[in-house]
Formats: sequence, C-alpha cells, structure tokens
Amino acid sequence: MAKFEEGLRYSESHEYIRVEGEYGYIGISDYAQHALGNVVYVDMPEVDDEVTAGEEFGAVESVKAASDLISPVSGTVVEVNEALEDTPELLNEDAFANWIIKVQLSDPSELDNLMDVEAYKAHCNE
Amino acid sequence: MNKNTLTQYLSMEKKTCLYDRHVALGALMSPFGGFIMPIQYSNITDEHNAVRQHCGVFDVSHMGEVRITGPDAEKYVQHIFTNDVAGAPVGQIYYGMMLYPNGGTVDDLLVYKMGENDFFLVINAANIDKDVAWMKEQTAGFDIKLDHQSDFYGQLAVQGPEAETVVEEVLGIPCKELKFYTAKVVGDIIVSRTGYTGEDGFEIYGSHEFTQQAWDKLIQSGRCKPCGLGCRDTLRFEVGLPLYGDELSADISPVMAGLSMFCKLDKPEFIGKEALVEQKANGVPQKLVGIELVDKAIPRHGYAVLNAEGEQVGEVTTGYHCLSVDKSVCMALVKTDYAKLDTPLFVQIRKKVFEGKVVKKKFYDKHYKK
Repeated sequence: MAKFEEGLRYSESHEYIRVEGEYGYIGISDYAQHALGNVVYVDMPEVDDEVTAGEEFGAVESVKAASDLISPVSGTVVEVNEALEDTPELLNEDAFANWIIKVQLSDPSELDNLMDVEAYKAHCNE
Repeated sequence: MNKNTLTQYLSMEKKTCLYDRHVALGALMSPFGGFIMPIQYSNITDEHNAVRQHCGVFDVSHMGEVRITGPDAEKYVQHIFTNDVAGAPVGQIYYGMMLYPNGGTVDDLLVYKMGENDFFLVINAANIDKDVAWMKEQTAGFDIKLDHQSDFYGQLAVQGPEAETVVEEVLGIPCKELKFYTAKVVGDIIVSRTGYTGEDGFEIYGSHEFTQQAWDKLIQSGRCKPCGLGCRDTLRFEVGLPLYGDELSADISPVMAGLSMFCKLDKPEFIGKEALVEQKANGVPQKLVGIELVDKAIPRHGYAVLNAEGEQVGEVTTGYHCLSVDKSVCMALVKTDYAKLDTPLFVQIRKKVFEGKVVKKKFYDKHYKK
C-alpha cells in the first residue's frame, strides 16, 4: 500500500512539495513511484533553470514508460538531487526522503492551489 | 485497488478466457491488439528476471490461429508465406512473413506443419481481421479450406530455463524430446518448443477449458510466475526479436528489418518475392539497426534519431533500459548510410539529445535449447 506523508502539499499529477522558508523540495509521491514501477532514469533540469507551476520540468523513466514531471510551483532551481543520476531507484526506496529538485519559490501563493494530504489521499482513491 | 475493472468490463475490447484470473491476481490490465491484456502482475523487472532465470507463464490467448487444409494447402502456404515449407516433416515450424506485392509486411507469423496439406498458422492479435481478410483474398485458384480458429484456441507460453521440467511435471505433458521449432499433438492440444523471449520454452494451444485448467495448475504449483505483456516486450526486445507495428509494418519490409533469412528467394514464387529481389539487388533506403546510448535516458518508439550534424536520419522503433545488461538501447529505422556498426548517432529524448552508436540489434544472447 502506498504511504502518504503529512505536512506536504500535493499536485494532481502526483508531485509533492515540502516547503522550508522560501524554498521547496519537489519530488514524486509514494503512490506515484508504486504506479511507475522500477525507476531507471530521472531526467532533471539544471541549477538556475526556471520552472513554472503546471509545466513540465523533467521526467521519470520506468521500464514501462516515461512520465513527465510537472512543477507544482514557479521558481528557480537552486539544487538538483545528484544522487538520482546514478541511483534513480532511490525514488522506489523512499520517494519522500529523495526529493528531485530544490526550488526558490517566486510566488508562494501558488501553494494554496495544491492539496493537503487528506485531499491527496482522496484524489488517489478516486 | 483495481479501479479500472468496471471500465474494462464495459469496454469494447475482447477478453481472453483467463481474464477473470488476471483480475483476481491483481494484474494491471490494458488494451493490446483489441484485447484487454495483463501488462504486469507484480512488476516488469521481477517478471522479466523470472523468465531469464527460472520460469514464467504468459497468457497469449489473444494470438490468432488459422488452419489451412485441402489438396492445395502446401501450394497455398508457399504462395502467401516467405519461408519455404516444401517437403517439411510433420511437426516442423517455420517463422516468416506474409507480404504485400510491394514487399511491405502484412504480418509475421509461425506456420506449423500438422500433416500433409495441413498447416496451422499463428498470427498477431492486432492483425487478425486484416490477416484473415488478406488470406481469403489470396485463395482464388487453390483447392483449400481456410478455417479461422482464433475464438476456439486459448494459448499459454511457458518460458524460461525451467520450462521443460515445469511443463512435464506440473502439466504432465511430455516435451523433453521436442526439438526447437517443432510441435506435436497431445490429445486435443498442440504443444511446441517455441516462444518470444529468447529463452527455452513452450507454447501450448488448447480449448478455453484446457487453458484455464493448465493456467491454474501452473500458478498453484508456485514454480511458474505469472508474466504480463510488459516483460514479454522487454524480453523479446533485448534478444532482437521484432514486433509487428514497431519493427515490421506495411512500410517496413523484411529486408529493411534485417529478416531476409526468413525469406527464401530461391522459392519459385511467393507474394512480394519480386519486390524483395529488387530490394536485395538495389539496396533499401532504410535499415533497422541497434543503437546503444552512453547515458541512461530511454529512447522510446517514435523518438527522432539524429546524425552528428543534428539532422534527423531515422526513428526509434522500440527502446528500453535493457534489463539484462543494464544499458539504454533501442532498435531504430535509419537511413542506410547510417546503418554501419559503430556509426555515431544521437537520439532526441524530450528536450535533450543523447549520444550513442550503432550496435548489433541483439542486446542479449538467446538461450534456446536446440
């Protein structure tokens, strides 16, 4: 069964964001990694790239398929999780501990458009 | 948890005789070739490895079957099929294609010789209607009976290094002495040493009732993992076996796909022969190649293949992160100038371009028991 972590905000396309001050750590939910199966490659942006809420910033490749990563917020990439370059399977081991990019938020009000954990759970069970 | 069940029940896709069993096992079900088929039960990697290392069973009841009998049966098969079945021993199986007159591929198929002037043809699910219509169009002047039997037969593929002992001990079907690409009739069923995984294995054709009982025995034995079409594709891909729709099509001839060895141009005639003779003599504009990427990004069907100057010179037909050798590889149809081994080629994957080179399109060695 998929795990759900409290205190995060979730998008309909199964990304999460953990907000710390003006920064947010973006990754995919445990539900998403289950659905994807074995992750074999993570296509990530570069530091200083701009991301836009609702737009694609990379992709997660499983054996089955490539799935676009959609940014839940707008901002500037300040860090990418380089560990995923060589060990993409970390997303299967613990999707919440292994964020994909760290972003400096340009419009924190966008967070209000995202779901809390209860709403996201309901979304997954629809 | 299987949220799509109701949608699937209401859909127009056909179900195989094992549909309820797949759903009960919690399989991810998806449309393929006009059927709702299991893509995976647990995950593709585990199922893939089960077939490479032990044994897996696939429901391949979606495949189509056509029986050709009558005084001109051999003559007719020789006319529509690229391989040469003349004088074959009973039980022999041939792989080959049916072609359009221009050399494009109608389908790739197996032809089983069941008796004198008695042939059993196994065709791809997605092509059943098209193939049967095509075969019927070619019957003029031949004294044959064409019997479309797809709705009668279920089919199981038991594949992997332990397949022989599993089929013998769990199903009680003697098969040790069966040679590669031969078949025999056991009661009401047909069993052959064939498959689509690059491993030793068997394909078993029987009634729906037989197929259901055999499936239950295999699953209950615990010696055979249920495997979905997801790993069937990764398994066939990494040993370089083509899939109609990807590596073969109405626009891709067997010569372009590197499958000339299954087209016997020394036969007196078959539909498409003249086109292939011309292609062999004058060359083809595009060829199917293997490409290995330096990076781990995965080339997928339809992605553009570029040369060093950035011009598109081809298109990916199938690509994966190859599970058995841990590399990102693909098959691609490229302009013939770029088909030589070690030619540097690039694949556009989303916004980025990834470096690679032409390699043999067999990424992992087959382990047949011949």
